[in-house]
Amino acid sequence: MSTSPVTSSALRTNRMGRGEGLAAAGAGVILTGVAFWLTPLQGRADFLVVAYLAGVAAYLVGAARLEGRRSVVDRLAAVLMVTAVGICLLALGSVLVYTAARGVKALDWYFFTHSMNGVGPRDDAGGAYHAIIGTLEQVLLAALISVPAGLLIAIYLTEYGRGRLASLVRTVIDVMVGIPSIVAGLFIYAFWVLGLDRGFSGLAAALALSILMLPIVVRSAEEMIKLVPAALREASYALGIPRWRTILRVVLPTASAGITTGVMLAVARVTGETAPLLLTAFGFDSIRNDPFSGPQSSLPLFVFSQASSAFSTAVDRAWAGALTLIAVVLLLTVAARLVTRRNRLV
Amino acid sequence: MKRIEANRVTAFYGGFKAVEDVTLAIEPKHVTALIGPSGCGKSTFLRTLNRMHEVIPGARIEGEVLLDGEDIYAPGIDPVSVRRTIGMVFQRPNPFPTMSIRDNVSAGVRLNGSRRKSDLDAIVEGALQGAGLWKEVRDRLDRPGASLSGGQQQRLCIARAIAVEPQVLLMDEPCSALDPVSTLRIEDLIAELKDQYTIVIVTHNMQQAARVSDSTAFFNLEVSGDPGRLVEMGPTSQIFTRPTDERTEAYITGRFG
Repeated sequence: MSTSPVTSSALRTNRMGRGEGLAAAGAGVILTGVAFWLTPLQGRADFLVVAYLAGVAAYLVGAARLEGRRSVVDRLAAVLMVTAVGICLLALGSVLVYTAARGVKALDWYFFTHSMNGVGPRDDAGGAYHAIIGTLEQVLLAALISVPAGLLIAIYLTEYGRGRLASLVRTVIDVMVGIPSIVAGLFIYAFWVLGLDRGFSGLAAALALSILMLPIVVRSAEEMIKLVPAALREASYALGIPRWRTILRVVLPTASAGITTGVMLAVARVTGETAPLLLTAFGFDSIRNDPFSGPQSSLPLFVFSQASSAFSTAVDRAWAGALTLIAVVLLLTVAARLVTRRNRLV
Repeated sequence: MKRIEANRVTAFYGGFKAVEDVTLAIEPKHVTALIGPSGCGKSTFLRTLNRMHEVIPGARIEGEVLLDGEDIYAPGIDPVSVRRTIGMVFQRPNPFPTMSIRDNVSAGVRLNGSRRKSDLDAIVEGALQGAGLWKEVRDRLDRPGASLSGGQQQRLCIARAIAVEPQVLLMDEPCSALDPVSTLRIEDLIAELKDQYTIVIVTHNMQQAARVSDSTAFFNLEVSGDPGRLVEMGPTSQIFTRPTDERTEAYITGRFG
């Protein structure tokens, strides 16, 4: 560590340079290495944790020597934040990388264009075409049900709702957020599949999923609509624009980016739902394009059934299905972002 | 042109009485300034003139506001048509953030259901020229309204208001968020618009009231929490040189407020 020049001005303080900081942290890591070499300490993960802590400690000691108390606290806070971000990225990255690494094995054009019709668990064939069709149809139907309904409820709550009814609706929506997904599936199973004798279908799955989507859409849309400044509504009213047009043409476009984010969160959340689909779509090995009658597959169901097999060919298909599922959600999110970016001028 | 008479207007926010018993007349093709200390109810009163007051939940008024003899609070009067006739410019520039400059100006005509949609380009150009903004923005009409400077945004809002061809223009402290140069441009604009519109302007700035207005109404409140009242109204030259009420004199000479 180099010593900084002595300063005279009261406004000037010593700063620890980037090189000095790195040198301090490196010294901590090297010290840990020496300790692991000389003492009975061992283990890869142990080394990483100890080296990290020692590096941070040495870095902070360096800062304390060169700078002073306030900047040690500042640098400690910065280290904690960077660590938290790093842990997040590591978790996300390892899920993505591991899924991708395992998934590419069974992933080819054949996988996207064929179903599991007549394919046994040990056969090195079969694909997820029927499951992709099922997921897209079910999620699309669920969005078609829950997004308009959710938007209308959010508009009611923000623009019109006063008093008892509004707070009742808000409470019900809050309770709905906490409904376990299997309960939504069970309800549709009892009410729709058995009660109304409609049988398993993609539509039944979509109904269960829309129960899960609705509260997410309502809450996020409500928050976004609330953020639209009252000044914009007033400007619109002052031009003699009626209330309904103000909502449709001024309020909703201003909130559209946020509303889309909320809708995409809801879509991403339900796209991966498995439990309610077991009781509603049920799962099916062949291609069924019609979501309104008969059991249908979906990507989560496909992953579930393939992963529970004992044979590696089936497990490879499960990983490929999982990778496809992530890709579908990613594509939907990117598409929604592009659509709203075009609407937004600021 | 439209003449406005307020007859014993009292405005409430829920249980709170903000301004009480205001009776005054606003002459057509005149600039009328409403001045007074903060909280005296001048902005609230202004908002009762085009039924914007009731937009706030719980707000209501008593009394009547006559537009050429017709009470705009009478049953059967549509507040939306009232606001088409009596436009408003707000304290802070508030262009619609999702719309381009062109769409901001034409928003009123496009969305308020009036039937003349035939020549939007001509309407946009006319309104921007009326607001003295045309030369600055004519080659970037498709840029967002929020890309303009504060003063330009306020003139954009004025253009938006006059594009629907109102008879009366209400301005709620239109310059208080602007720098002196932009303020001067808006004041020049008010002088030009006076030929075509009846203008009511609320201002904190007494020099501004003296510069731009023909008549001035002074509002005051005795104690904070009490409703504001109209103290006196008259030609601007008289209010600023020979006020009849000593409170007016105290306020305009800067002894309080």
